[in-house]
Amino acid sequence: MNRLGELERAIMDVLWETPEPLTVRQVSGQLTERDLAHTTVMTVLDRLAKKGFSRRERDGRAWRYRAAESREAYVTELMLNALDQTGDRQAALARFVRSVSGAEARALRRALEALEARETVSPRETFSAREPREEAPAG
Amino acid sequence: MFPAVLILAAVAAGSIPAASALATARWPGRAPAAAILLWQALGLGWGLAAVGALAGLGAGPEQSGGQHAGVAGAALAVASRVLRGGALGPRASGPLPYLRLVSVAAGLVLLTLLCWVLVAAFAAVLRARRRQRELLSLLAHGDPKVPGALVLDHPAAAAYCVPGLRSRIVISAGTLELLDQAELAAVLAHERAHLRERHDLVLLPFTALLRVFRWSAVARRAEGAVALLVEMLADDHALRHRPARELATALMRVGAAGSPVPSGALAAAAGSAGADGGEVAVRVARLLRPAPGLPGPAIALVCSTAVLLVAVPVAFLFIPF
Repeated sequence: MNRLGELERAIMDVLWETPEPLTVRQVSGQLTERDLAHTTVMTVLDRLAKKGFSRRERDGRAWRYRAAESREAYVTELMLNALDQTGDRQAALARFVRSVSGAEARALRRALEALEARETVSPRETFSAREPREEAPAG
Repeated sequence: MFPAVLILAAVAAGSIPAASALATARWPGRAPAAAILLWQALGLGWGLAAVGALAGLGAGPEQSGGQHAGVAGAALAVASRVLRGGALGPRASGPLPYLRLVSVAAGLVLLTLLCWVLVAAFAAVLRARRRQRELLSLLAHGDPKVPGALVLDHPAAAAYCVPGLRSRIVISAGTLELLDQAELAAVLAHERAHLRERHDLVLLPFTALLRVFRWSAVARRAEGAVALLVEMLADDHALRHRPARELATALMRVGAAGSPVPSGALAAAAGSAGADGGEVAVRVARLLRPAPGLPGPAIALVCSTAVLLVAVPVAFLFIPF
């Protein structure tokens, strides 16, 4: 990852760890192991605000920054996309396994157990127990 | 001119049942690459023929073929004459000219719609990928167990890639727990194949079509079939580096894990998802019990059919006769 990316990440970590909004100076103060110019931190904070990851609000003469969403909310957003459960089908990602129905998941679990129980089991037998396909209604 | 329009209409109409048949056929699993080529030709051929048939019907029977370059030329000539305020043709009278005008317009609208849908879908995909990359750079981290991939700390099992010029492979912490080292390597090989061969570009037009023709069972089946073929292609690539069993058990484990639901949003969505029943099972069965590849002559037949499906509409559209 490039240096700017690392900085954005470090600053977001600071914002995520603190519930109340922080000034640029407070953010710099928490980036202890780095020796960063005040303006650098301000630039990155503004950059994050432009991307929508942080919000800034006026507090007297200073700006205070906070994370727009919690870390968990962003992780959930990524996972919803990863599991193809946003309802908005598009070819943005290539998933190892596309969405699996409950019945199919159960059938796969049984097939896996059968395969591991008897190394010699034939795949045809394994899948003969598969539950009937669930056809989705049109539309 | 008129026979040309009839042939275009026949190609356009015939593409629909052909797509239904191809979606349910079993041989594509034995030759995924050739089958994907056939799907692409079917889609492109249908688009060209449908646009050509509508436009050509409007161009009318009295446009003698010699003076214009095929159906496309005749339709353009009609359109330009109308724009200049002229008559449709030497014998144009009664309500027929207006019907013909509507037909030409419908052809142009369909052409514009198809092009627009592709562009819009591509733009949406690029936006979604940029968002993915931005979030991943803030949240994900590397892990020596999956070299070259990013790990997202979440207990659910997920593995995917973000294709593009700056591609990413993402494995969730749940998947890292679930799979052993060999299975993880198989997953990575599968995802790298997607990225290397740009399978996302193959699938994009079909997903875009489905977004327009949501109500169409054929569009849905076509998208599902191509998506499955692309996965099979990536599975086959992974098999060049990893044993089939590792990939099969990885698929079964990730599929069986389903989506252990950690949040309300995931729970609500889980009920509506999962309409593609059997896709994973089909891939697993194919890995554990591989059917012989399609013989050479059959592949040649599929490929020449694909060429014809595009060449015939193009010929009638652009070649004067």
